[in-house]
Formats: sequence, C-alpha cells, structure tokens
Amino acid sequence: MISLAGRDIMHAWGKFVFTGMGLGLLIGVTLSMAGIYRGMVDDGKALLDNSGADLWVVQKDTLGPYAEPSSIYDDVWRTIRGLPGVVRTANVTYLTMQVRQGERDVRTMVTGVGAGAPGTPGWPPYLVAGRHITRSHYEAVADIASNFKLGDRLQIRRNQYTVVGLTRRMVSSGGDPMVFIPLKDAQEAQFLKDNDAIRQQRRRTAENPAFNRPQVPGLLDSVIASQSVNPFVNAVLVQIEPGYDAEQVAASIRRWKHLTVYTRSQMEEILIGKLIATSSRQIAMFLVILSVVSAAIVAFIIYTLTLGKIREIAVLKLIGTRNRTIAGLIMQQAVALGVIGFVVGKISATLLMAPIFPKYVLLEPLDSVKGFIAVVVICILASLFAIHAALKVDPAEAIGG
Amino acid sequence: MGSDGIRIEGLKKRYGRGDTAVDALKGVDMVVAPGEVVGLVGPSGSGKSTLLKCLGAVIEPTSGRMVLGADTIYDDGWKVRDLRALRRDKIGFVFQAPYLIPFLDVTDNIALLPMLAGVPNGEARRWAVELLESLEVEHRARAMPSQLSGGEQQRVAIARGLVNRPPVILADEPTAPLDSERALAVIRMLNDMARKFETAIIVVTHDEKIMPTFKRIYNIRDGLTYEEAGEGRDVEQEYVQAGESAEA
Repeated sequence: MISLAGRDIMHAWGKFVFTGMGLGLLIGVTLSMAGIYRGMVDDGKALLDNSGADLWVVQKDTLGPYAEPSSIYDDVWRTIRGLPGVVRTANVTYLTMQVRQGERDVRTMVTGVGAGAPGTPGWPPYLVAGRHITRSHYEAVADIASNFKLGDRLQIRRNQYTVVGLTRRMVSSGGDPMVFIPLKDAQEAQFLKDNDAIRQQRRRTAENPAFNRPQVPGLLDSVIASQSVNPFVNAVLVQIEPGYDAEQVAASIRRWKHLTVYTRSQMEEILIGKLIATSSRQIAMFLVILSVVSAAIVAFIIYTLTLGKIREIAVLKLIGTRNRTIAGLIMQQAVALGVIGFVVGKISATLLMAPIFPKYVLLEPLDSVKGFIAVVVICILASLFAIHAALKVDPAEAIGG
Repeated sequence: MGSDGIRIEGLKKRYGRGDTAVDALKGVDMVVAPGEVVGLVGPSGSGKSTLLKCLGAVIEPTSGRMVLGADTIYDDGWKVRDLRALRRDKIGFVFQAPYLIPFLDVTDNIALLPMLAGVPNGEARRWAVELLESLEVEHRARAMPSQLSGGEQQRVAIARGLVNRPPVILADEPTAPLDSERALAVIRMLNDMARKFETAIIVVTHDEKIMPTFKRIYNIRDGLTYEEAGEGRDVEQEYVQAGESAEA
C-alpha cells in the first residue's frame, strides 16, 4: 500500500515546508525557553563548581552568600581551618554591581578573593588569557562574557583596576559575568562610604561624649579608626580533606562556631530551588503557553488542510477506504508537519537564537529528545479534531448529495 | 469479473418516523444484465439520489432485496456486514466530475482500489496500466490529474471504476459538463467496457444527448421505477455524427 500522506506532502511540499518553518520558529522559541532554564541552572552549578568549595560558611540563619546577604568576620577562617577534616579555607566577597569601563558599564558580580594561588577556593580555576592576580591591589581577572579585554581599565567604586587575566564560564546565578579583584579592595568596595558620609560619621562620633572624653586622649581617634576599616566578608569557602564526610564537618562548624554552613547539595538546592525558582516558574508558564499555542496552530493547520480535502476524503470513503487509512493519512501529515517544525526549530534555536540571546542558553540533547516526543504527541492530539471531521464526512457527498 | 449483473426487488427506503416519515423509495424493481448499459432518469425529488445511494451501498434500504453479481447485499433488513469492502470490491463509481485524488498520479489513482483490497502494489499498477491501454490513455500513466485534459480525467475515472472488475458500475451524470462529441465518447467507452468486462452499468443522467443510445431506461417517479424502451441507437454511429457536426 502506498503512503497517501507521503504522496500528499510531496504533492504540496511547498505548503508543508513553509507551514513547518512557521511552526518551527515557534518550536525554536519553545526549545530556547527550555535552554534558558537549563542555562540558569548551569550558571548556578558553574558558580558552585568554580568556587572550588565543599562547604560555604555564612552568617548564622541566612541563605548567604548568593541568595541572601551574609556578613561574617574576616578572621573566622582561621578557627575553621583548625577543625578536623578542613584542608583549606578562604574568605570571599560577592557584590553585584555596574562596573564602568570607559564610556560603558557592565553588570557584573565583583568577587573578592584572598591571596593565594590557582586552586584556592574562590579563585577562577583556569584562565583563557593573561595571568592570575599577583598584586594585592588594583588588578582584576574578568570573565570574557563581560567583553573586557586584557589591559582594560575598570572603574569599581573609587578605584581603577587593570584587567590582567580573562576567564570563561565564571558567572553569577543570574548570568552576570564575574570580575575577580583582591579581597581587601573588594571589602572596601562593598562597604566604602562616600566622603560626605565619612565626614558626617566622624562628626557624629566626635559629638558623642562617650567617645570624645577630655580625660581619655586618643579614644576618639581609635573609635574613628575602627569605623574606617571593614573586617567583614560574605562567606568562608571550605575545602575538606579527602575521606571526610562534608556533612560531618559542616555539623562540627555549626556546633562550635555558631555559623550556618551549607554543603554542595544544600547550596544547589538554595540556588535552583529558591534563587531561580520564580524565573523557573515563569519559564515553565511560558513553555506551557507556547505548547498550547503550538498545539492550537497545528490543530488549526491540519484541520484546514483536511477541510480542503473533504471531497477527496468522501471519494476515498466511497471507494472503500478504511477509516483507519484516512485517520492515518491525517495523523501522518500532522506528525510530518511536527517533524519539519522540530527540525527547523532545533536548527533555529541552536544556530540563530542561542548565540545571540543575552543569557546563556543550554540546549541539552535529552531536552531535545523530550521536546521531539512532546511535538509528536501534540501533533497527534492536534490531528484528532481533523480526524473527527474527516470521519464524519458522508461518502454520499462524492455522488452529489 | 461480473457475471450476474444487478437485480433489485421491491426496494423501499423510508426516512424518519411516524407522521413525518417520508417514503423515498416505494418498491423499486430493476434488473441490469452483465455487459448492459441502462439509463436511470427522473425529475428532482423522484428518489433518484436515494436509489443511487442504496445501489452504491452508502445507505441501507428499509426493505427489499438487492443482489449484486452472485451476492445478496440486502434482503428485507438483512445486509452484508462490511458495506465498505462491498463498495470497494463489488461496485465501481464514475462521477459527474472525475474527482481524481490530486496527489496521486494517474496509475496510482487507478491502482489505489486494488491496493486497498490488499493486492500487491506491482500487481495493482499492472492492472491499472492494462486499463489505461484499453482506454487509450496509457501515455499519461505518470501524469498528475492536474496535467490531464477533462476528457483524459474522465477516462481515468472510468478506469478507476473498472479496476476491481466490479459486477456493477454506477455512473452519476458522467456526461453532464461535456459537449455532444465528448459525451458520446464517454458513453461509447462505457459501452465498450461493459461488453469487455461483462459489467452492468447504470448511468444516472438528464443528458438528452446520450439518451437515445440506451436500449433500456428506468424512469423513476415518486419512488417507483418504470422500465421504458430506449431508442438504442448505435453509439459508434452517433459518435461519428457528433464529430462531423462539430467539424462542420
């Protein structure tokens, strides 16, 4: 038996291909939406992977340092380092801000990293150009997504930084490229007040009789000096010794240091389950809407194509064609339309949409397989209206009434 | 190949129930022998379409008997189970317009029927080509319907009606849109095919041009058929004359 659907498609291939291309662009948008969600999850995981930490020690009862503000003293790392199972610790600060370079500014996550070497928690694990930070001030390593180049001068708060190295896939959970600067500079950038505010604070302190006692010379200077430094960081990143259980080490820190500690899996849960949860729901809603719209379009197209063949269907029924053959003709055409649409959608999502989209779009093969199955199922369901209409056609229509 | 033609006895069809019931057919009798071409005429509302649908196994009669070839199709409420297969295997249709499947070429338009009946594709196509040769359109075997002239399309439609060698062919106004020469060409073709394949052909028509060619005509009025003798003119001669008139 010949394939009626195949012959019909070959006969009117232009109509099918152009309709499939239109549908394909819609499928491409749907795949891209899924890719954006995957990209957000991957950004979150990349942030955790690249931090090189097994544990995140943050301010007690906060979801820091990524989902909530967290502030702990910058000498806490010493005491944590002494606990059994801890092999390495490092202070880190994160501050999402606009970094100015020349005439433009770029939204970045400025990350303050302590002195160390590649492999130190918080440091970028690899560079694609240049070198790591070697000086204690005014050097920066930037992610290439920021479009900064080696030698660029960046303005962060009041200070200028020179880009000495470039890295890749170092982004915040929101997809902002990271800029690494020395920890002391980052602490200053995070907590530094403007000159007016500093003068105001000093005046207030000087006017406070508790700090400005005539009998205690030097007290006021000491108080003002203590206000001028920032002894806080957002988190301490901890690497644990091989063979130790991360949860046990975390429990030990919680118990003895009265801080909140997150393991890798807990931090993933915070990033994916809480930080990007709203975005995920929005994307899921878009996916549902796009799927419904796609289904409606396929149903409408197939229904219209079927109505255009009513006379042929009546003739086919009159000459003894089985209902399942007619249903198969319509269903195969719907699936063919879906396959054309999926191929066009996959190509457009991969080659057109993902490269120019301002966020990282991760198109996973498994998502494509699921998408393909969903397209086929939607097309089959959408063809049911047309099949219903076709099966209702009276073969008598072919013999004039 | 058809052997016993078609025989109808007391065929009745009632639409609706109670006070609103309408008797479209009130006891139709009809016999068409193998190889015979008869006309079926009647005014609008006479029951012609209903009879055609009953003959075509599209609707079921209320009562009566219909025998197609060697098979009884209806017998006072009893009917064969699979009307779809019956239409496919026992009845050929030729319509007013050819109604060819636009996405199949000429050969496959004809071969589709045997393919639907389970005949292998190659065999079905061979049958189709044989018929195309009989109807002298074998040179258009690979053409699409849209590439054929009106006359060629009608010949292909006739070939499709014949391909399963049905005992009966129902031709519904097959010459309505054609001029005299082409109309007579179609009737000549139907007569040739009826003789060649021993098929009973019922031509439903209003066409005065072809009426004189029938030896027998069934006139249907108010749900009853009346057999009338036709002029039975020689189709070949009529065709030649029509051709000469057209040239003149």
